[in-house]
Amino acid sequence: MATAEVASHEGHHHPTGIMRWLTTTNHKDIGTLYLCFSLTMFLIGGFMALVVRAELFQPGLQIVDPHFFNQMTTMHALIMVFGAIMPGFVGFANWMIPMMVGAPDMALPRLNNWSFWILPFAFTMLLSSLFVPGGGPAAGWTLYAPLTIQGGMSVDMTIFAIHMMGISSILGAINIIVTIFNMRAPGMSLMKMPLFVWTWLITAFLLIAVMPVLAGAVTMLLTDRHFGTAFFDPAGGGDPVMFQHIFWFFGHPEVYIMILPAFGIISEIIPTFSRKPLFGYTTMVLATACIAFLSFVVWAHHMFTVGMPLAGELFFMYSTMLIAVPTGVKVFNWVSTMWRGALTFETPMLFAVAVVFLFTIGGFSGLMLAITPADFQYHDTYFVVAHFHYVLFSGAAMAMMGGAYYWLPKWTGHMYDEKLGKIHFWLTTIFFNVTFFPQHFLGLAGMPRRIPDYALQFTEFNVISSLGAFGLGLSQLLFVYIIVKCVRSGVRATDEVWERPRGLEWTVPSPAPYHTFETPPKVI
Amino acid sequence: MSGSRDGYYLPNPSAWPIIGSIGLFTTLLGLMLFLNEGKTGPWLMGFGAATIIFMMFGWFGRVIRESEGGMYNDHVGLSFRMSMMWFIFSEVMFFAAFFSALFYTRSLAVPWLADTDLLWPGYEGGWPTAGPKGPLPIEADTVVADPSRQFSTIGAWGIPVVNTGLLLLSSVTVTIAHHALKMNERRKLIVWLGITLVLGAMFLFLQGKEYAHAYQELGLTLGTGVYGATFFMLTGFHGLHVTVGAIILLVVWLRCLRGHFKPENHFAFEAGAWYWHFVDTVWVGLFIFVYVF
Ligand SMILES: [Cu+2]
Repeated sequence: MATAEVASHEGHHHPTGIMRWLTTTNHKDIGTLYLCFSLTMFLIGGFMALVVRAELFQPGLQIVDPHFFNQMTTMHALIMVFGAIMPGFVGFANWMIPMMVGAPDMALPRLNNWSFWILPFAFTMLLSSLFVPGGGPAAGWTLYAPLTIQGGMSVDMTIFAIHMMGISSILGAINIIVTIFNMRAPGMSLMKMPLFVWTWLITAFLLIAVMPVLAGAVTMLLTDRHFGTAFFDPAGGGDPVMFQHIFWFFGHPEVYIMILPAFGIISEIIPTFSRKPLFGYTTMVLATACIAFLSFVVWAHHMFTVGMPLAGELFFMYSTMLIAVPTGVKVFNWVSTMWRGALTFETPMLFAVAVVFLFTIGGFSGLMLAITPADFQYHDTYFVVAHFHYVLFSGAAMAMMGGAYYWLPKWTGHMYDEKLGKIHFWLTTIFFNVTFFPQHFLGLAGMPRRIPDYALQFTEFNVISSLGAFGLGLSQLLFVYIIVKCVRSGVRATDEVWERPRGLEWTVPSPAPYHTFETPPKVI
Repeated sequence: MSGSRDGYYLPNPSAWPIIGSIGLFTTLLGLMLFLNEGKTGPWLMGFGAATIIFMMFGWFGRVIRESEGGMYNDHVGLSFRMSMMWFIFSEVMFFAAFFSALFYTRSLAVPWLADTDLLWPGYEGGWPTAGPKGPLPIEADTVVADPSRQFSTIGAWGIPVVNTGLLLLSSVTVTIAHHALKMNERRKLIVWLGITLVLGAMFLFLQGKEYAHAYQELGLTLGTGVYGATFFMLTGFHGLHVTVGAIILLVVWLRCLRGHFKPENHFAFEAGAWYWHFVDTVWVGLFIFVYVF
């Protein structure tokens, strides 16, 4: 079936310097670009979060004015979601999927280059909106109408930036799906693929299904703003709530776009450091598919207080709670993989175990939010903020950190500094919890989100949260240092790197050569 | 040139993608400035669009040369075909967003707005509607004297049904052309693909006439409340896709004239034909849900 042999590149002129990176068609180069971009955005978005936390350190207004505060919360979210997490996972996909399935490269290398190189332009557009008259977008990352109908030109810039990100994501996702379906080495049947590949296959499907819907939603915003349509204007028969429906039809699957690849990474790390195969591989695949399917029928749990008919409230409550079942299967399987394994706790494993534990906390608070009558109390409070940071930071972002430590030796040929890695892990985990755990209490006590000031009784927890946030932010500089150090020097990594890990990527030298699997490997 | 022997063709580094990014960015920046009364907007848009067109000529030209040079084996061809299918799926979802907006407004939002007397007392709802502040609907295909008070809609059984026939017919003719290509009957291929293009052009012409009719005589515009919004955005994006599909088929037709494609290997033709069937299917949905009901 898949007989992949690679064109010989000998004797051909390859550009060097900046042109190498601008024109590259190599999946490893493009993966590196994605990962560096993601890390840069992670730091920029993190800096904006620190502006928010600095303002919330004390009640009252001291550092920024409320309008700028709103710009910071909005931009922080947009940058983290579309700039840090999504491109980060695409970077992992670019590096790892061809190596994991025994392919010589991605199926469409030039398109792959374009998928990446749209992003810096999209984020130039988005970030420069902070400097136009009226300031950056300040309506929250959800861009709800009618607030976004009223905003200034920065809203248009955000809309066009989202269009560009959408094109990038869709083209990238098409490439990943085709690579997985068409580029596998002989013998690499679907049910032999590493779980990371499976989770990305399903993620790519979600991307292609919902990114166009987001594009449609922001296009309606644009025409409502400038071309006189009345999609979201009741005076013309439209409905602002419709924006929320369309947005969350995208938004909920988007949540799984950001977490399924994290599940994939965790499912690679845990077996290696448990020295056991993954428990329940088939159920893992089915659970992932199940989560993806359910993600299309739960969106209105973000809108329980908007005034839906009772039948809608009930339907979306029950469908949301159903997702706990396949997610529970996954957590069960991870724990069972570790059960009676010969466990060691190198940095990637520490991150993986922390993700299982902390993500589960985020899952549980999600279940609380799913209960309609309870959500009437929690809606738009800091409880929601705590919840989604437990799934997005200690789920998605920390899984990526674990994945980075896990594969850095394969990428660079050097072992990272294990001691510093462990310090980075503990600092991150402790400060993360110091930052976000108190926000549960704040939310339950009724502190609203997206407000630059608060009542005095919320002070203590906000102080703790802000101190934690600064610790968390500073700890990430250590992460950057460890990565740079690992790229430059370090103990030479063996081909296997870890103790008898599973997967084709460990059969090639470290660092992985520029072209791998020019002759397809035999998979038994 | 890097040959591919008999394996999977992996292209050398290429500058076309980054040129495309620059074009895309400049176009959108220009449009953004244009919408906000910036004077440089149209210039930037023009420059950006020209860059994108330049990129398409360069990139597609390169791919065509590689393809005609025999560098792509069946395996590469399969990658192309799969990507096209997934791309069309993404387009389906784009239209799904606008169809959903139509269904939601029509069967939920407008009735709710009519039922509550808190927001707009006295509003009756119904469909078509331009909302409580918009003009009132009258019988379809009636010339409206005062568009600020009344609007009319386009009935299904005039030009729209003719257009449905044209597009359905063009789906048949493109399939005949495809069979001719597979049988290596080049004359037949060129004739039937040509007929498809003519049918597509006729569709676009009639659609343009309908739009002019709606704007000038029926008082139906993009700003005619939510009916005008859903009507023009759905049919407008469809028209745009027909235009793109027709351009693809035109390029394919010109390549046929030059003797490109082989009976067993003709990805661009297949991609264009699939795209054409897709815009055809969307039109059937439009005809049923926008015009008939
Ligand atoms: Cu959700």
